[in-house]
Amino acid sequence: MEIPYTVAVRRDTGLTNGKIGIWLFLASEVMLFGALFASYILIRSGAPSWPRGDTILNVPMATFNTIVLITSSITMVMAWASLMRGRLQTFRTYMGGTILLGGVFLVVKYFEYSHKFHEGLLPSSNNFLAIYFTLTGLHMLHVLGGMAVNAYLLSFGAKLWKTNPAWFTNRVENSGLFWHFVDLVWIFLFPTLYLL
Amino acid sequence: MTTEHAVHVDAPGHDAADIDRHVKVYVVVFVALMALTLITVAVSYLHLPTRTAIALALVIAGIKGSLVACYFMHLISEKKLIYVVLGITIFKFVVLLALPIFTHSDSYGLFE
Repeated sequence: MEIPYTVAVRRDTGLTNGKIGIWLFLASEVMLFGALFASYILIRSGAPSWPRGDTILNVPMATFNTIVLITSSITMVMAWASLMRGRLQTFRTYMGGTILLGGVFLVVKYFEYSHKFHEGLLPSSNNFLAIYFTLTGLHMLHVLGGMAVNAYLLSFGAKLWKTNPAWFTNRVENSGLFWHFVDLVWIFLFPTLYLL
Repeated sequence: MTTEHAVHVDAPGHDAADIDRHVKVYVVVFVALMALTLITVAVSYLHLPTRTAIALALVIAGIKGSLVACYFMHLISEKKLIYVVLGITIFKFVVLLALPIFTHSDSYGLFE
């Protein structure tokens, strides 16, 4: 039995099922990160004092990471646009670039975290570090998950292009929506934790 | 084997000329996002009062987030159902954020 509405849209919604599915999932992710942002507000507003982010965290590294993620967002959307233009090789280049930039983000985070641990700054040290490691750690796991899906679409998943290019293009678009969301979360995380 | 043919995706506004237009928009949005990132960092060096700094940072982040959502995620040309889902989500998100603020409205003082 074929999976329905992977390319054709449903008449009642005007959308493919994959598109609705990914947006519903992103809505749940908004609540997940929203709950943690709400925790941050609660903890910070109840604290007698709170350090400025730049007194503890590395702003230049995080700024670089912000630029990396934003660049990965444009390479992701260009990967989809390449498929819309029927250019598989260009898709591979852009998708490879997106995954590589995700890897760069993770490497920078590794250096950030290991430097903190080396200085004895742990999640258990204080509330600021607890919420910092929780928020950025969860975000990092999302980057990893997005990279895994993108790696599948770049490798084994690309077989679908030969038999059903429209379906494959929609899959890449939906994966892109998740990736842009991960970038969007970082756009809010960066100033909240590092600059305020 | 490389197939070089435009993909027909069952959605309006997705022919070759449209994709070219989209790509131009993506580049403009990318440049804007880079500029706004640098502005965000530059503003932080001004060491503004905390409440002003928070408001300004959130406004800039909101603009950046909107650009990503509207253009990279194609929200600006999405269907009504997606807007309904997101509208409900945003309402619930605001409630989620507002609850702890109201809980602590009589506390030490927000972000001092």
